[in-house]
Amino acid sequence: MKINKNITKTQVPQEDNKVISYPNLADLESLNENSSVIRNPGTDFKLDKISNIVINKSAVERRCSNYGTRRSIKKDKQAAWLLKAITLMDLTTLSGDDTDARVRRLCSKAKQPISNKLEKILGVESLNLSVAAVCVYHDMLTSAKKALNHSEVNLAAVSTGFPAGLSPLPLRLQEIEYSVDSGANEIDIVISRRHVLEGNWEELYKEVKMFREKCGGAHMKTILATGELGNLSNIAKASQVCMMAGADFIKTSTGKEPTNATLPVSLVMVRMIRNFYNETGIRIGFKAAGGISDTKTALLYMTMIQEELGRRWLEPDLFRFGASSLLGDIERQLDHFSSGYYSASYRHPLA
Amino acid sequence: MTLLKSFENLDYSEALESSKEAYDWLELNDRRFGQLINGKFISSKNSNLIASLNPSNGELLANIEIASSEQLDLAVEAARKAQPSWELLGGHGRAKILYALARLLQKHSRLISVLETLDNGKPIRESRDIDIPLAIRHFYHHAGWAQLQDKQFSSYQSIGVVAQIVPWNFPLLMLSWKIAPALAMGNTIVFKAAEQTPITAMFFAHLCEQAGIPPGVVNMINGDGNIGAELAAHKGVDKVAFTGSTAVGQSIRKSTAGQGKKLTLELGGKSAFIVFEDADLDAAVEGLVDSIWFNQGEVCCAGSRLLVQTEVAEDLHLRIKERIKQLRLGSPLDKSIDLGSLVSKTQFNRVSEMVKDGLKHGGEIYQACDIESEGNLYPPTLITNIDSSHPLAQEEIFGPVLVSMTFRTQSEAVELANNSRYGLAASIWSENINRTMDVAPKIKAGVVWINCHNQFDASCGFGGVKESGFGREGGKEGLYEYLKPNGLKPSKKTAAALITENPKNDVIDRTLKFYIGGKQVRPDGGHSIATFNADGSHAAFVGAGNRKDIRNAVSAASKAATWSSQSGHGRAQIIYFLAENLSVRESEWIQRLVTLCGVTNKQAKAEFDESISRLFSYAAWADKYDGAVHSAPYRGITMALPEPIGILAQIAPEELPLLTSISLIAPAIAMGNRVILVPSERFASIALELVQTIETSDVPAGVINIVSGNKRELAEQIVGHAEVDGTWCWADKETIASIESISAIDLKRLWVHEDNDRDWLNPEQGESLEFLRNATEVKNIWTPYGD
Repeated sequence: MKINKNITKTQVPQEDNKVISYPNLADLESLNENSSVIRNPGTDFKLDKISNIVINKSAVERRCSNYGTRRSIKKDKQAAWLLKAITLMDLTTLSGDDTDARVRRLCSKAKQPISNKLEKILGVESLNLSVAAVCVYHDMLTSAKKALNHSEVNLAAVSTGFPAGLSPLPLRLQEIEYSVDSGANEIDIVISRRHVLEGNWEELYKEVKMFREKCGGAHMKTILATGELGNLSNIAKASQVCMMAGADFIKTSTGKEPTNATLPVSLVMVRMIRNFYNETGIRIGFKAAGGISDTKTALLYMTMIQEELGRRWLEPDLFRFGASSLLGDIERQLDHFSSGYYSASYRHPLA
Repeated sequence: MTLLKSFENLDYSEALESSKEAYDWLELNDRRFGQLINGKFISSKNSNLIASLNPSNGELLANIEIASSEQLDLAVEAARKAQPSWELLGGHGRAKILYALARLLQKHSRLISVLETLDNGKPIRESRDIDIPLAIRHFYHHAGWAQLQDKQFSSYQSIGVVAQIVPWNFPLLMLSWKIAPALAMGNTIVFKAAEQTPITAMFFAHLCEQAGIPPGVVNMINGDGNIGAELAAHKGVDKVAFTGSTAVGQSIRKSTAGQGKKLTLELGGKSAFIVFEDADLDAAVEGLVDSIWFNQGEVCCAGSRLLVQTEVAEDLHLRIKERIKQLRLGSPLDKSIDLGSLVSKTQFNRVSEMVKDGLKHGGEIYQACDIESEGNLYPPTLITNIDSSHPLAQEEIFGPVLVSMTFRTQSEAVELANNSRYGLAASIWSENINRTMDVAPKIKAGVVWINCHNQFDASCGFGGVKESGFGREGGKEGLYEYLKPNGLKPSKKTAAALITENPKNDVIDRTLKFYIGGKQVRPDGGHSIATFNADGSHAAFVGAGNRKDIRNAVSAASKAATWSSQSGHGRAQIIYFLAENLSVRESEWIQRLVTLCGVTNKQAKAEFDESISRLFSYAAWADKYDGAVHSAPYRGITMALPEPIGILAQIAPEELPLLTSISLIAPAIAMGNRVILVPSERFASIALELVQTIETSDVPAGVINIVSGNKRELAEQIVGHAEVDGTWCWADKETIASIESISAIDLKRLWVHEDNDRDWLNPEQGESLEFLRNATEVKNIWTPYGD
């Protein structure tokens, strides 16, 4: 017996003339399967879309505990998923000691995430693998742009007073402008956590909307800094507000909070994305950032996206890992897959 | 190339768990299993065989020998012989062996999981992550109870030989729920696995010797329902614990009627899954996956009836439809599937037919993929707009089929949830603690989950009410099912008073009416019975009750439902008041007892004093018989609440009429029940004379009702009345046999005793906690929390 499949078929029972009906969304989904993402124009601020949100933490955790046990990704499937993971990565350096040389090294890794040799062994040269983006502070944009040198890799800048977001609003707005002018086509903004903690949802909406206007053609990822929002319901509400305000992506963390991306937090955000899509037909992206440093965790996240949002979301225009050390682990896993032996980190070029 | 394709598809691996070890083990046993009797594996060439099949592909896993009646006798005999020394081994000795069993199961957990999946068709994930770990936990937990038995249950002893029969849906887990507590409390066992799924039980049989279980303590026989029936009805068995269908439970109830056996029945269910508008709907959807799409829906407590508040119904249905598209159906050994095979072709056909019939009757049916009859793969199914009278909405389907209905208000939700013959479990989904805590006690079920479903643990009691059976498994409450109170001894019989008709007409005629709904009422049939004093002189006339009097009493009791929600303190006040008002009539009562019962003044005084003391005792208990908070391994609390049974009928013993009447009524009303007392026949007037005291003590109308008459006739009427929730009975053997048999109709909980079974004057026997336990039903409420 080999009926191991995702359930997709429709069926008309033979003895009865009634059609077993299916959710309309299924049809919608298949029609749009390969369509490109329509940019989120945002919606009006609607308080009732926020005030009704309730999240049950235990239930979220229960669900998160079984992505890994309900689905198995092994051997060649795992290699394929990991190659995909590379393309979903925002290779990131956000340190006070970042230098021109450091950023150049990062960019060269971004363009050539795994060695030519490994690509050849795996037979995936045709994929022209690169990561999705390089993510840096504003001052590193120039070096990064130069190093990326017209490659496919996007250039992302963290902005708006990253990580705390507490510099004067005009400066925060200006910072976006500066970064866009310096060549960033993706802007990772941070929200004012105080608006969430004080329940000023409309303030949050206005702020994010202003950021979005400043971004112009650059895609905006809104960092919620979930580790500082108190609880899951707040995270869900903040996600909803940011999507209303026109976010292209919602992102978990700056990487600087005491707790960064976790599976439960991500599930809550991902479910808000699903609701938003069901209501508006607009696909919002999701970025998990901070703390995802090994392949096992990365695969859990990808499984969650596959299960909750479907295959379409596992593309760089809708899903990103913000990571710095994950790539190294993926390389070693791929090496193991191709050779049968575990590699050491010093055998792979540093990011 | 495959890598590039997988890169595109991002599909999952078909990850089949290795089954080599499992097949090696089956081969080692020549794919044939007999019986485990007295520590030896018995195989006989001439046995009839049952094929144990793998439901996912029809392959023969092993042939199972059906035990013969002689083998059954041998097994019971072995258990009987082994019992005294097993009990005498003591708590610590048994704890060590149960601990060893837990360790052995743990050591072989992967092999056992594979065997379970091969035999039952459930996903390997479930046997690996749920069934087997829970079974192991059950043995660890009960090793602990064995260790603590001497101190915690010092006034109890083992029951003796227990017959245990389990179904096919959780073969090893149900085995552990049965065997662990029984062994812990010093009983010996004759166990029968389901004929569809005997393999893991046979593996367990092989572990018994290694764990140091003495020969005869655990005996395992195989076979179908016939041998199960024979085992349940076997004269050498002291107790039957059965998990399975309500129909079989009913037939066991009948076949064991009058045999003096203790019974635990875990039967069917049609559990409600109640979603309020303020629920986390995504959480509820996942709850359904854990509930009705767990174990292919072959779960007695599956939340198979979705009740959803109207305003969120459409939204929830949409989410469910989206979710079931993601569920994967396939080979049970595959680690990437959510649903495996239904246990057998028979079961598969049954589910298919029920759903087809639902289609014919206008139900809207959503299924996310084809039905694959080859591997007994039935897809997750959502049914809406089905008549509430259709079998899909009423009967246990035992498949991955969810039936949805809507409700408007909280009270309607409760009404719909309770509108079922069953009362096993329910879940409540709402983020409002006021609402969940208000609804949970109103649901007639043994288990209520708040914002979760199908959570189990050895430390928490599981079991139902109504036709879902009685008794609890797990938790401290579950252990009493395998214990009986230490030595009840009847008092020396006082010489039965001679009754000869000797009318003395020098007093005013005294006719004692019934007491129903707070009023003294005449018998419906218009018949009276004369009662006599000890010297044979006429004492008074009492009513001769009939079916209609019982009906009236039940309806009065039913109207007094607020008594059950009254505070313990409030109930205590009334019971104290009863004692106070009774005590002022002391001389009158002593005189009455002397005249009527022919006892001495001293004896009458003793009975009267003890009666007052008993009222005080139960008044005291009214606000002190607490529940428990179990420590299950999760972030949350499980509350075990003792709830009143409801309407409790009491057939009183013949001896010590004042004391026994009070010994029955007081604990029952203290715990919040409304009672219908059928007093002693000989001394009916005693109970009826109490009415004046009851009337002056603020007892609300309908809380205590008294109907006199022929005990057997009235008992039969009472037990046959579905609105009566439970019955205590002291009577002769024949009456007990008769009501036990009648009780099969609605599986009424009974607490029965032969007359003169204890010394009522001795508080150790006449007012033990046993009375309170039998006046209550434990409900376990699971509440995970976190924000």
